[in-house]
Amino acid sequence: MDRRRFLKTTGLTLAAGTGVLSAPFVARAQNAPIRIGLMAPQTGVVAAGGREIIDGFSLFWESAGNQAGGRKVEILVEDDASNPDTALQKARRLVEQAKVDMLFGNLLANTGLAVANYVKGNGTPYFIPVIAADDLTQRARIKNVIRAGGYSASQFPRPLADWALKQGYRKVAMISQDYTFGHEQCGGFAQTFTEGGGAVVGQFWHPLNTSDFSPYLGQIAGLNADVVFAMETGADATRLIQQYASFGLKDQIPLLGAQNATDQSVIRTMGAECEGIVTSAHFAEGADLPATQAFVKTYSDKFSKIPSLYAFSHYVGAMWVTKAINTINGKVEDRDTFLETVLKTDLPDSPLGKPVRFDDYGNPIYDVVIRKTAKNKDGKFWNVPIATYPQVSQFWKYDPVTYMKQPPYSRDFQGIKKA
Amino acid sequence: MRTAPLSAASTSPELQIRRSRALPWIALVLVALAVLPMILSSYQVSIATQVLIFSVLAMSIDILAGFAGRTPLGHGAIFGVSSYVAIYWTSTMGGDIWIGIALGVVAATALAAVFAALAIRTSGVYFLLLTLALGMIVWGVCLRWTAVTGGENGLRGIGRPAFIADHVSFYYAVLVVVAPLTWAMWRLVHSPFGLTLRGIRDSESRMRSLGYNVPLHLFLAFVVSGFFAGVAGGLYVLFNNFVSPSTVQLSQSVSGLLMAITGGIGTLLGSFVGAAAIIVLENAVSAYTARWQSVLGVTFVLIMIFAPEGVVGRARLLLARRRSRSSTQRRSGG
Amino acid sequence: MTGINLFQILNGLTFAALLFIVASGFTLIFGLLRIVNLAHGALYLVGGLAGYSAAKASGSFVLGALAAMALVATLGAVLDRGLLSFVRGAELRQVLLTLGVAFILDDIGLVIWGGDTFSVPVPQALRGAMWIGNVMYPKYRIFVLAVGLLVFIALWLLLNKTRLGALIRAGVDDPEMVEAMGINIRRVFLGTFMLGAALAGLGGVIGGAFLTLYPSADAEILVFSLAVVIIGGRGSLVGAALGALLVGLLNAIGQVLFPELAYFVIFGPMALLLAFRPLGLFGRAA
Repeated sequence: MDRRRFLKTTGLTLAAGTGVLSAPFVARAQNAPIRIGLMAPQTGVVAAGGREIIDGFSLFWESAGNQAGGRKVEILVEDDASNPDTALQKARRLVEQAKVDMLFGNLLANTGLAVANYVKGNGTPYFIPVIAADDLTQRARIKNVIRAGGYSASQFPRPLADWALKQGYRKVAMISQDYTFGHEQCGGFAQTFTEGGGAVVGQFWHPLNTSDFSPYLGQIAGLNADVVFAMETGADATRLIQQYASFGLKDQIPLLGAQNATDQSVIRTMGAECEGIVTSAHFAEGADLPATQAFVKTYSDKFSKIPSLYAFSHYVGAMWVTKAINTINGKVEDRDTFLETVLKTDLPDSPLGKPVRFDDYGNPIYDVVIRKTAKNKDGKFWNVPIATYPQVSQFWKYDPVTYMKQPPYSRDFQGIKKA
Repeated sequence: MRTAPLSAASTSPELQIRRSRALPWIALVLVALAVLPMILSSYQVSIATQVLIFSVLAMSIDILAGFAGRTPLGHGAIFGVSSYVAIYWTSTMGGDIWIGIALGVVAATALAAVFAALAIRTSGVYFLLLTLALGMIVWGVCLRWTAVTGGENGLRGIGRPAFIADHVSFYYAVLVVVAPLTWAMWRLVHSPFGLTLRGIRDSESRMRSLGYNVPLHLFLAFVVSGFFAGVAGGLYVLFNNFVSPSTVQLSQSVSGLLMAITGGIGTLLGSFVGAAAIIVLENAVSAYTARWQSVLGVTFVLIMIFAPEGVVGRARLLLARRRSRSSTQRRSGG
Repeated sequence: MTGINLFQILNGLTFAALLFIVASGFTLIFGLLRIVNLAHGALYLVGGLAGYSAAKASGSFVLGALAAMALVATLGAVLDRGLLSFVRGAELRQVLLTLGVAFILDDIGLVIWGGDTFSVPVPQALRGAMWIGNVMYPKYRIFVLAVGLLVFIALWLLLNKTRLGALIRAGVDDPEMVEAMGINIRRVFLGTFMLGAALAGLGGVIGGAFLTLYPSADAEILVFSLAVVIIGGRGSLVGAALGALLVGLLNAIGQVLFPELAYFVIFGPMALLLAFRPLGLFGRAA
């Protein structure tokens, strides 16, 4: 056999072989399973939160019998490694190779933004229960990106600022991680606090993964503030809370925080130093509401830990989207109808404990709880509600169109109203 | 002080025989690469494109590690800076994509020159650590200089021009670019300049005593290596349409080095094998488990212990051994 | 923003003490065995996590530290005898092999402990703050400073007043000579590796109590240790101490004055030294 024929035969054999292996999905029958791509950081600095995203999400699907709208549901999980380049690569793989019907997940804002930009180009529905970058449902709204079970960063600190003013606090010192999520949460707090007559006596921004807060705490101690607002997540939250106590500030100045600061993922390994910190969120795992406690019990029985924000929001997100899928009888291929239906779906009975619905921009409206860390009957710390602000949207009391004329929150623009 | 000319005017008879024997293989490989999109799915073609782009990065590292004997751990930064400049030019400044890529390559080359100027005096482990440190400085800048680099959010690109928008046409475009680049690198390392580099790798003191300007050669090698890494960075912009600090971080440099090592340090073309192996392995492993990091670590360890010369390097050794055995058989009148 | 005060200086000193504990192990291994052990950070993290579990289970900080040191010394022995023995003498192969081990250990840590942030529990006596001059400063950090000093003294005595130490120092200068004198240099090497690793483990427990332990802590401490050892010089204890002081203070001051340029403050000097004086302040030529 001469070389040319050899090549041709080999080539054809290879082609036949790989053709079989790589056969693209042909016409999807109506009873083919719905495929959902879940991206979560299984490795990297926020791996613990990623684990809980997967656990919370899977818990819902188990309880729903792995089906929705009369079709079976397949979940494909990919690791985004806590970084945006990997998230983008995995999103591509899920959409182009695994041909998923929708994407869910991601944790860090920069990973979410990278994926959001990608789905903008191909219309894949993308649900983000944890990605909180404000503009995704405001000035830079992408119509196929919806915060099912999620929130925008500046949404919850505003009622907290209002509550702080009601307690009589007038001077706040703020410390925050120096990235968009931090800027937006602090902006939300600062704007409401100053518009209500308070003053921001100092703002400290520190790089992510700061191990040593003493430079900042030392300066805060000298500022004469009534209250401190800390926007911290993950390891930074643990260290700030510990160092706040060990430097003696805990007994001097009350501490308020963004909800991530006292999330279960932070406080479940901590002791008395995390007691009494006040934060605001769309749920409190210690709330005495039947749906909340049922979820907490199911989750703790299965995973031996009280569920965190990551578990709550992905469970709720899955629940919310499933309700919409049921409404359209599983026809997720018709993306426009699917997305429209999701936005029109109300969720009255989720673990959040209160009914929720979407606003006109793809972001939910919640009853916000002001909550405080306290010990539960087992001696573990969790958050219990001490006040509620009903029906808070991402725009607070502002008119959306007027609000969106002001620039997005950044390190330089914090919405601070000059006295 | 002598400096070897960069282009080779001489072609010895032995070289000519080697070249004519290699020609049909080269043609075969090119044909196979050209035919690939017809047997792979569209997504798999994009993986193949990724392999081509990262092969260029790995080859650029091999120029230094394999031929000049200096193993760098900062090429990820050089690669990524090219991407950053290109995307900044197009997305933030609204400029033309091709000019942006050209500027990116210039920036990468300039950065390599800076790295080189500082690193030339060192060798071995110190060279490794210094390039690592320089790469970390670049990463720190990309992470903190939010106004220009977008900080941890990175920068989004403006997409590919229409004629290469789909995976298959982009693949062919990249192939058309990578083939001549490979040829250029090949000619470089087999030119008198390349031979001088190898001399420096084998015995620096001897080359010095022979009158060669060792620092200049190393400096040029680093700069040229940076140039090619920059081109890879430009192609990456078209491929990924996004750049972030993770593009310039240490793991990118480690990844590129691992690809070069897996294929075979000092073989140049081994980088293709190495890149394909690592990228395909990552795709395969990640489908089943999140333990890619362990798999990568184990691969690293196994290669270092059992096959530090890489796949192509090992193949060459075996081939050479067979050839010498058969020639001794012939000589002993078999 | 206020200027530098006692607070920041104490921060720098206490961080320097931790860096010294970790970097001293690194420089011993680098100095004597000429191995740049890129798994040193992973040993710190895994040691710290193991120490955390041991301390939680036994209720004793000291037991946790000892458990960490024992475990990591064992890991070090396995690494040296089991893996590095295959690549003796090949500098770069050794370095890259340890890098592979770092990836594996890091992932194992993630699998076993799950990626949460852990703080090693501080003994009751060391909780809270005390007056230093006119600042309230955490007692535990003063303790870290004390441990750092103790480790320096202990190592100095070991290296300068014992036979083993003399062997180590001789080996740092001229390993072939020591071998030629008929001494079982392999056992000295192994012992040194285990000691160096144990110091990383100790560092993990000590650091784990005030800096916490989390998935990228290993890369961070490794990078700092590299800077310390490069600046101080290969194999030099005094160099490691001075390098640690420099890096610790620069880091603390840099965070206050130029938080944007955090990396330059550490890597700038490191890069410059590598470029112009690779031996560092006290290193000796290989």
